[in-house]
Amino acid sequence: MIEAVGLTKRYGAKTAVYNLSFQVRPGVVTGFLGPNGSGKSTTMRMILGLDRPTAGHVTIGGHPFRQLPNAPRQVGALLDAKAVHGGRSARSHLLSLAQLAGIPAQRVDEVLGVVGLQDVAKRRSKGFSLGMGQRLGIAAALLGDPQVLLFDEPVNGLDPEGILWVRNLMKKLAAEGRTVFVSSHLMSEMALTADHLIVIGRGQLLADMPVKDFISANSADFARVRIPGTEPAQREKLTSVLVEAGGQVLPEPDGALRVTGLQLPRISDLAHGADVRLWELSPHQASLEEAYMRLTQGAVDYRSTDDRLAHLQPPLQPGQPGYGMPPQPQVQEVPQQGWYAPPPPGQNPYGAAPQAPAPGPNPYAGGPQAPAPGPYAPPPAPQPSAPQPNSLQPSDTPKDAR
Amino acid sequence: MTAPAHHHAPAPHAYVSPIPVRAAHLGDALASEWTKIRSVRSTVWTLGVMILLMLALGLGVAAIAATSEAEMGEESALAFGFFGMLPASICVITLGVLTIASEYGTGMIRTTLTACPSRARVLTAKAIVFFLLVFSVTTVLATLVAVAQVALVDTAATPTTAEWLRATVGAGGYLALLGLLSLAVGTLIRHSAGAITVMIGLLLMPLVAALFMFNQTLQSLQKFLFTYAIPSQMISLYSEKPPFGDSGPAGWEPLLIMAAVAAAALGGAYALLNSRDV
Repeated sequence: MIEAVGLTKRYGAKTAVYNLSFQVRPGVVTGFLGPNGSGKSTTMRMILGLDRPTAGHVTIGGHPFRQLPNAPRQVGALLDAKAVHGGRSARSHLLSLAQLAGIPAQRVDEVLGVVGLQDVAKRRSKGFSLGMGQRLGIAAALLGDPQVLLFDEPVNGLDPEGILWVRNLMKKLAAEGRTVFVSSHLMSEMALTADHLIVIGRGQLLADMPVKDFISANSADFARVRIPGTEPAQREKLTSVLVEAGGQVLPEPDGALRVTGLQLPRISDLAHGADVRLWELSPHQASLEEAYMRLTQGAVDYRSTDDRLAHLQPPLQPGQPGYGMPPQPQVQEVPQQGWYAPPPPGQNPYGAAPQAPAPGPNPYAGGPQAPAPGPYAPPPAPQPSAPQPNSLQPSDTPKDAR
Repeated sequence: MTAPAHHHAPAPHAYVSPIPVRAAHLGDALASEWTKIRSVRSTVWTLGVMILLMLALGLGVAAIAATSEAEMGEESALAFGFFGMLPASICVITLGVLTIASEYGTGMIRTTLTACPSRARVLTAKAIVFFLLVFSVTTVLATLVAVAQVALVDTAATPTTAEWLRATVGAGGYLALLGLLSLAVGTLIRHSAGAITVMIGLLLMPLVAALFMFNQTLQSLQKFLFTYAIPSQMISLYSEKPPFGDSGPAGWEPLLIMAAVAAAALGGAYALLNSRDV
């Protein structure tokens, strides 16, 4: 059991983690999600006593890490696959760690077998691929056969077979009754591995709930409506009818419409009443990836811009669409906010100052020590269609390049 | 995982490892640091270069002195050991800094401190293993060189027992203490190249700076630097009375000075290692 209470870490003027409270329970895989730079690694280092929190505290089994009796036998961690001396062989690396923790030396060969590195045990880790490095780091975490395990981005650089192996390993470790805390920025991977999610953005708690609840709370199901592209007037007409009926309409670039807030039969009736022909009317459910992107889109620190090479373009000659001319920008119809169904009006959690929790059950409520839920009020999630049981399936929504 | 799960703990969800749990102690940390220091090539390389330098320079200078047949007077041939000691100290500095700074450079320090939250124990183990390694290697080498020098140069005075001790155990101890100082500086600076630069500067700069102090007002500072610079202290180690003027260290005193400096730096290293984020 890992328990953080009001964990805060500042580096100078920058606040890396702010007032983070959560519990990681044994027996399940807990995913720790957040965009790059959101404070995941800082939090992990504070759990392991490597960094001192500016405020708050974090305990493992009731003790701060540095006061734990037999810490390496209770906690194992993979922080950084590259955190090994490249000149040392895999076996020597693990042997030095085993000796330091008072673990019998034969355990080294056991864990080398578990991670599949027994054939390269004598090789210097400098020549290891990223995937082999991850396996070596996982071996180090497993050395003490601990009851609490922390993994920071364990699947980085692994091949599909390795990813599957890590996924099954995490589940197996949790099934044995251990506390497994896995950070990742890959929502799709967490959807398959984790049972519980802790999501942070800009160092603050965004969500602390089971995966199932996370999806239903954050994904907005929508209906896609397509009308003959040759009749823009019909499109306008349908849009206004749907909006009047209380739906929200978002145009997609290929001409289709995303409709939320209305059931499918109602959309069909409205279209029929307005005398608009439909070519498509289909239900869609947002994937976990989309739910995550929507939740964290306001908390992304590093966002790329287009590489326009503008300064290299020759000056535009009127009437001469010459070589090297940039393609005419497509008419951007979808708001820049992204592909994900927009949060309901007035619910953008990043726009406003902290406010009172929204009425109704709050799915973000953390453990008993959790502070006030903060600004992340749950969207009411208007569901046009009944929630589908298999909510982890990725939708067929085209993934935007952003 | 080869270990089967046992569920005999009171909590419904608690994993208990079948591997017997025992508290780790300093002895475990010493074994670990010994594994670390012998399993990287930089150790072998720096120690190998040091052995070559000490042998080549010590024997070479003795051979030149033997053929020149210059009158040595009261001096014994052991003083030639200095010529091997100075370049050896550069190797010792490098190894001492790398012992800890390479862990910071690679990030290994996080893994180490996760496996042993007692940071003082890690640093103590590093210091003991490194000190014993350098002390034994340099003492054996200095002894070999000293025996060869005394045998080769027959014009010099016969060394006393105290001189023998200082040229062997004393030289080894001085270099090992200089290595401990480097280890402490490496812990404080946490960067291999930076710490090595600082240490080599500390080794050579006082003498170089003193060479250019022509001003009368700086004369006392110049004299101090000439007397207490690390190479001067190494020369003093071989001499019964202060070799530079009337005052200054002689005999075993350089060893005590270096021990005090290394202890102070290690104290700072303990304090900072314990309080800093890694």
